[in-house]
Amino acid sequence: MKTRNYAVVGTRPIRHDGADKVTGRARFGADLQISGLLHGYVLRSPHAHARIRSIDIRKALAFPGVKAVVTAADLPRTPDRVVELADGPVRLSHLRGNILASDKVLYKGHAVAAVAAVSPHVAEEAASLIEVDYEILPCTLTAPDAMRDDAPILHDDITTMEFGEQTGKVCNVAEHFRHVLGDINQGFAEADVVIEREFETATVHQGYLEPQSAVALWNNDGRVHIWSSSQGAFSTRDAAAPILDLPVSRLKVTPMEVGGGFGGKIRIYVEPVAALLSKKAGRPVKIVMSRRDVLEGTGPTPGSYVRVKLGARKDGRLTAAQAYMAYEAGAYPGAQVAFGAMCIFAAYDIPNVMIDGFDVVVNKPSTAAYRAPGTTQAAFAAESVVDELAEALGFDPIEFRLKNAAREGTRRADGPKYRRIGCIEVLEAMKTHPHYTAPLGGPNRGRGVAVGFWFNVGFPSSCTISVNADGTVNLVEGSVDLSGTRTSIAMQAAEVLGIGAGDVNPTVADTDSIGYTALTGGSRTTYATGWAAYEAAQDVLRQMKGRAAVLWGIDPASVEFEGGVFRADGRSTTFKELAARLDMAEGPVIGRGAVNPSSVGGSFAGCIVDVEVDPETGKVSILRFTSVQDAGKAIHPSFVEGQMQGGSAQGIGWALNEEYYMSPEGAMLNTSLLDYRMPTCVDLPMIDTVIVEVPDPDHPFGVRGVGEANIVPPPAAIANGIHRAAGIRLRRLPMNPPVVVEAIWNRRA
Amino acid sequence: MTHTLTRVRTTVNEEAVEFLCEPRQSLLECLRDILGLTGTKEGCNDGNCGACTVIMDGRTVNSCLVLGVEAEGRKITTIEGIAQGSELHPLQRAFLENAAVQCGFCTPGFIVAAKALLDAEPNPTEEQIRLWLANNLCRCTGYGSIVRAVQQAAAQMREVSA
Amino acid sequence: MPTVYIPALLQGLTEGQGTVEVEGATVREVLDNLEKACPGIRSRLLEQDRLRPNICVAVDGSISRLGLRAPVSPSSEVHFITAVSGGAGSV
Repeated sequence: MKTRNYAVVGTRPIRHDGADKVTGRARFGADLQISGLLHGYVLRSPHAHARIRSIDIRKALAFPGVKAVVTAADLPRTPDRVVELADGPVRLSHLRGNILASDKVLYKGHAVAAVAAVSPHVAEEAASLIEVDYEILPCTLTAPDAMRDDAPILHDDITTMEFGEQTGKVCNVAEHFRHVLGDINQGFAEADVVIEREFETATVHQGYLEPQSAVALWNNDGRVHIWSSSQGAFSTRDAAAPILDLPVSRLKVTPMEVGGGFGGKIRIYVEPVAALLSKKAGRPVKIVMSRRDVLEGTGPTPGSYVRVKLGARKDGRLTAAQAYMAYEAGAYPGAQVAFGAMCIFAAYDIPNVMIDGFDVVVNKPSTAAYRAPGTTQAAFAAESVVDELAEALGFDPIEFRLKNAAREGTRRADGPKYRRIGCIEVLEAMKTHPHYTAPLGGPNRGRGVAVGFWFNVGFPSSCTISVNADGTVNLVEGSVDLSGTRTSIAMQAAEVLGIGAGDVNPTVADTDSIGYTALTGGSRTTYATGWAAYEAAQDVLRQMKGRAAVLWGIDPASVEFEGGVFRADGRSTTFKELAARLDMAEGPVIGRGAVNPSSVGGSFAGCIVDVEVDPETGKVSILRFTSVQDAGKAIHPSFVEGQMQGGSAQGIGWALNEEYYMSPEGAMLNTSLLDYRMPTCVDLPMIDTVIVEVPDPDHPFGVRGVGEANIVPPPAAIANGIHRAAGIRLRRLPMNPPVVVEAIWNRRA
Repeated sequence: MTHTLTRVRTTVNEEAVEFLCEPRQSLLECLRDILGLTGTKEGCNDGNCGACTVIMDGRTVNSCLVLGVEAEGRKITTIEGIAQGSELHPLQRAFLENAAVQCGFCTPGFIVAAKALLDAEPNPTEEQIRLWLANNLCRCTGYGSIVRAVQQAAAQMREVSA
Repeated sequence: MPTVYIPALLQGLTEGQGTVEVEGATVREVLDNLEKACPGIRSRLLEQDRLRPNICVAVDGSISRLGLRAPVSPSSEVHFITAVSGGAGSV
């Protein structure tokens, strides 16, 4: 199907849910109103690390207007096992523990109890009457700190796992892994210049504007209906089922519109709590998290400590790379350090590599995925050292990367060889962009570049298409639509069927109504669900050819379809004409597609940024920003551009201002959006985008997912720009004004 | 502590409405939970994200920082009052044509705030647009497409009134 | 013969070898033969006769949903890498 000229793919139709979104009619999780609704409030731990000696809920239960109170005692007790969820395997005891703490609280904000009442205010007031007796314990807040022998231990059943073997020592390091390629000792010996640097990044949050929410009804027939604002109806069902010890058949999840996810809404938080409250109260329960709860009680991305050592010869060829990566997993294991390790040197062809990764628990919220999880932290380190090395050897930063660029056949340290990838094409597009050679136009200004990679995932997706008599089709799919994917999916079906994007009516369905579809994340949706739609459309065509054959009295094998027209024996009929006559030829046409792609092409991204550093205040202004990314094939170019701009904006916030500012007792001190400072309209210039298209070898249209890789390069690129503007190398995120000013003073001293 | 229900008489989207609310309920809550106008969103409940922006007596306000009882006798415009019957407002069309909507959660706040801007200043510069909208957070778009949408709508509205 | 790439932390069981060639028409057969050559390695990769939850197998660059049943050709490369789960697992 990979022809060059498409009728629909590559155009920019208005999204199908547009009217709803701009009129306020679109219903997000908290907008649901159903009869009998109660409101839930979750009581959270004020301490970062404490044993729960007792919980007394009697006064709360007696408060007027309260219909139910739950604690961890209301969660089913089943033997511990490993559950495979959308963002990785997790122990059931850890999954449950994060929903409602049982014997210990492991972070400030850890959920301890919940109240359902007739109004949110009553529920909150009643919750304040719950008496929890805590025995406060010392806490540990960073990976290097938690790895010390004398660090407070979070779990007495965590011992370090090294590739399937428990090392037997109870500690906070849940896992250690290592990737090796070649021989780094020899590689560094061959290098003319070797640079080793340490980097730290603070905890940051995905910052979606819509807080988590859920409505749950534990019905009288034993079926639980959850209306969820999450990144997947099926992934929510998969997580809720083991927590509540229910077979998936007893759970129905209806996806509501979602106000941003970026990985942070894959995990579930309030859904099981709402379900338990509903079971006790006999009525539906809605829980909406406050902004403070979101920051303290959901899953930010790991803070990190990364050490990178790179060696290169005078001719610019990298000879060896080594990384030590210790990530904060938060309260439970599962820091996304393994992904960071896959991507840290992914843009380079290096013969000798060693990467050691450590998944370390600390007394902070249990971390979750954030747009290319674990990779921005890694790239901040690697791309800064690459920049320093290129400068030391006298190379232009892009030329240096081109000299060492990964390509088809290059082997990464974590395993397989690359198939067709667009690393070089992205670098070339950066090099030839007018931004790269434009004058900076003033003092205290500098330009930085960096690249990044995300491997993208496949996973199952399903789709059905039914043909309407007027030649339009109804398309049903199961991918929660975070940013317009129902349209990019519909466009791919439209292309196959030779109809317009507006002739497809897409619906995002609940878990009872469509085949299994994995999460909306991992940059998989336009890719995999689009592929399922492609297959469903092909199925429709096969059936339509059969219908035409019946009408013409011929063998179906002789019917051809091209350009929206069925032809055979000199006769022809358009898709629309044939659709109107289906009831005369064996009835309705319903096409189905189900895919589970396994070898998915990744996406490379790069950026060029001009910064201006105010030497008196340390403020860093972004003057100009260009984002380049390999999309394989851009189905809807405006949507691809939107992903690139959005990821870049998040990368800029991560670089310059965002952090969890923690007290020594483990309390986040900036729990409002005033002080958890994300970029506003005034902080950003127009972000220019360049879409590179190196087709994925397998996808019918060559699509590569683009949601994630674009967040990876900005912090390093900005650090590299700051170096050129102010002569300082910053190795800790965020690079906020006090940090910048201090570095400038130190340099002058 | 008593939370005596108080009667509020106000005008929302040019219609007279009357409701009972507790003094501790914000205007945002009253709009969403009492009047069923769920287009206005809660993002932070402390005035730092703009998702709850409404126009009250000609000024944009964060409805999470206004008490329901303060709406007495005032004129309020929410996102539900922006479209002109079944016709989308030029701002709404421009947001769609410029792909300035991704998740859509911030969109109502932005459209209401932008309408107030264009009511006050029909020909704003890019800098004026960005300053006016600085109280509205968007995490998805990076703002460029939103600024372009406002510029396009402004141009179209000036053409019509010219 | 298929080539198995040995994860760095398991190379103690293969006398430091980063790759080992063993016969086998499926991943399971390859692992059985690998165990004969390097005793103890199978229990690091498998748990109750299934791949450990945080490990998946890639044959010639493709992560195989078939796991141990995945076919292997004489020139194949077999890698064990960190699983990116996707759900629909043991539930």
